[in-house]
Amino acid sequence: MTEYNFAYLDEQTKRMIRRAILKGLAIPGYQVPFASREMPMPYGWGTGGVQVSAAVLTPDDTLKVIDQGADDTTNAVSIRRFFQRTAGVAVTEKTTEASVIQTRHRIPEQALRADQIIVYQVPIPEPLRFLEPSEVETRKMHALEDYGLMHVKLYEDISQHGAIATAYAYPVKIEGRYVMDPSPIPKFDNPKLEMAAIQLFGAGREQRIYALPPYTKVVSLDFDDYPFQPSKADHCCAICGSTTSYLDELITDDAGGRMFICSDTDYCATRVEDAG
Amino acid sequence: MYVAVKGGERAIDNAHAWLAEERRGNLAVPEFTTDQIREQLALAVNRVMAEGSLYDPDLAALAIKQARGDLIEAIFLIRAYRTTLPRFGGSLPVDTANMACDRRVSATFKDAPGGQVLGPTFDYTHRLLDFKLAADGEAGQVAEAAPLQGPTPHIMGFLDRENLIQPEPAGEETPADLTRAPLELPASRALRLQALTRADEGFTLGMAYSTQRGYARNHAFVAELRIGTVAVEMEIPELGFAIEIGEITLTECETVNQFQGSKTQPPQFTRGYGLVFGMTERKAISMALVDRALRWKELGEDDIGAPAQDEEFVLYHCDNIQATGFLEHIKLPHYVDFQSELELIRKLRRDAQVAMQEAAE
Repeated sequence: MTEYNFAYLDEQTKRMIRRAILKGLAIPGYQVPFASREMPMPYGWGTGGVQVSAAVLTPDDTLKVIDQGADDTTNAVSIRRFFQRTAGVAVTEKTTEASVIQTRHRIPEQALRADQIIVYQVPIPEPLRFLEPSEVETRKMHALEDYGLMHVKLYEDISQHGAIATAYAYPVKIEGRYVMDPSPIPKFDNPKLEMAAIQLFGAGREQRIYALPPYTKVVSLDFDDYPFQPSKADHCCAICGSTTSYLDELITDDAGGRMFICSDTDYCATRVEDAG
Repeated sequence: MYVAVKGGERAIDNAHAWLAEERRGNLAVPEFTTDQIREQLALAVNRVMAEGSLYDPDLAALAIKQARGDLIEAIFLIRAYRTTLPRFGGSLPVDTANMACDRRVSATFKDAPGGQVLGPTFDYTHRLLDFKLAADGEAGQVAEAAPLQGPTPHIMGFLDRENLIQPEPAGEETPADLTRAPLELPASRALRLQALTRADEGFTLGMAYSTQRGYARNHAFVAELRIGTVAVEMEIPELGFAIEIGEITLTECETVNQFQGSKTQPPQFTRGYGLVFGMTERKAISMALVDRALRWKELGEDDIGAPAQDEEFVLYHCDNIQATGFLEHIKLPHYVDFQSELELIRKLRRDAQVAMQEAAE
C-alpha cells in the first residue's frame, strides 16, 4: 500500500499525536484532548490505540498486538495486519521480542523492559464517567482533585456487597494526583502498572490520550481495612500448569464442564516450549 | 488439547470472502453500477455525503455499493477516506441567497419574491406502492419552465428589515474545524452547527421531534426551506482573488421561533438554522430545531433539562460513526473482563451464603 504514509497517518497528524503523548508523559494520568482521526476501523475497535501506535512506530520496530492477552484473537490479527500493510514493520507474538506492544484488556505476564512501549486501547478514559456522565463536570473534578465521589462509590460497594465490586478497569491514583482508568484490564493486572516500560493509553472516540512514564507510582484505590486485592480464577492453567497467570475460562461440553487456560497465549506457549 | 482459541486469521479471510460474495448477490441478476446508484438512489447518496462530510456523489455511490446499502457503513467508508485527504484551505462562505433553487417553500408567507416552488418533493404524493415501477421505471416527458433569473431573497431578510427577528451579524473569525481539533465544551454555535450537519439523521430527527412534543418546545415556523445549487468559491493566494471551484447542492432551512422580550427590549422572533449537503430536507429542518433548542442560554431561556437543550448530550451522541462503533464493539471479545466479573460474583455469592448460614445457626 504505497498510497498511504508510513503507518497510515500523515506526518502532521502524527506530530499532533506525539505532542499529546509528550504532554501526557509530562502530566502522568492526565487526559490530554487530541484531534482523533477517523480510522479505517470502527471506533471501539481500538482506534485510539492504533493512532498512538502509528505515532510511535518507527520502521525498525517490532510490533506485537494482543487482545484479551492473545495474539490470535480476531481483532488483534486485524490490527497487526493493518500495521504490516501500512508500516511494513516486523511483527512478533513474543513479548520479549517486541519493541511496541498494542494491547486490549491485558498486560502481558512477562515483565516489560525499559526499551519497550505498551499501548493500551481505551474505551472510556474517564474513571469518573459512570459516577458523573458530564465531561464538563468530570474535568472540573480532576482539576480540583475532587475524588470524593469515587471513594463514596467504593464505600457503597463494601456496604452492599462486603467488598469493592469492581473487577476490571479498577481505578488507580497516579503519583498521588490524578485518578486514572487503567483501561478495562482485570484488576489482577493492576500491580503490573508500575513497570519499566513506557505506557501509553489511547481513546479514539473520546479523543483522549494519557500516559505513564516508567516506574510511575500507581496505587489501586482502596481503604486501610479493605485493601486492594488482585484476583484470578482459583485454578492452574490446563495447558502449561501455571498457577500465577491470569486464566480464561472455557466451557468444554454440554454438561457445563470447565477448563481454565492462560489468557496470555505467548506466556503459555513459551512455558510449554521451555518444559520441552 | 483444546485448540478452538486459534484460527482468527483464517476466520477473518473467510469472512471477507463470504462478504464479497453476499454483496454481489445472485449472479443471474445483473450487477448495478455506481452511476445507477448516483442517479437513481440520489437521496441515499445525499445522506452519505452529508453525514460523511464529503461532497462527492461518485464516491458516495461507491461507498453505498461496497456497504451493500447499509448507509451508516457507507458513511463510515467516506469518513475514513476523508481523513486521508490533505486540507488545502477553506472556501469563502457560500452565498445561499444566490442559490439556483430547485425547491423553495415558505410556511410563513403565502407569497414572497421568488415565489413558492415545490420542486421534486414527495410531499403531496400518495404513498401508494407503484407496481408499475417494478416493471417499467421510465419517466414520461416533463414540462419545463424557464428558470428564475437573479437571486432569490431570503424570507428572513424581510423580517430582519422590520427588526422583528433577532439579528445575526456576520462574524469575522474563522470557526474551528471539528475534524481537526478535539471538541471541547462549551462549543461555539458554529461548531455546534458543524456537528449537527454531519449528525445522524435519525438522532437529529428524534431530538427535533422531542422539542416539538414539549421537551424544550420553541415552536418553529419554517420561514424558508430552499434546495438548490450554489457556487463554491475559493481565494487563491497567488491570484489575489476568488475563483469558482465548483457547485454543490445544499438544503437550507431557516426557522422563526417564539419571541422573547423584556421591559427594556421589545419582543423579537428568534432563529434556528439548518444547512446540509444535498437534498436532505428532513435533516435540515431537524437541524434547525435542534440548533434553536441548544441556544437557550444565549437567548436567556430556562434550562428545563430537556435532552435537546443539553449541548454535551447532543454533541457527544449525535455522530453515528462514533455511536455505532462503540455500540457494536460490545460484540468483540470481552472474556478477560467477564472472567474477572465471574470471579467476583462467585466470591460475593460465597461470602453471602456463608453469612446467611451463620445467621441461621
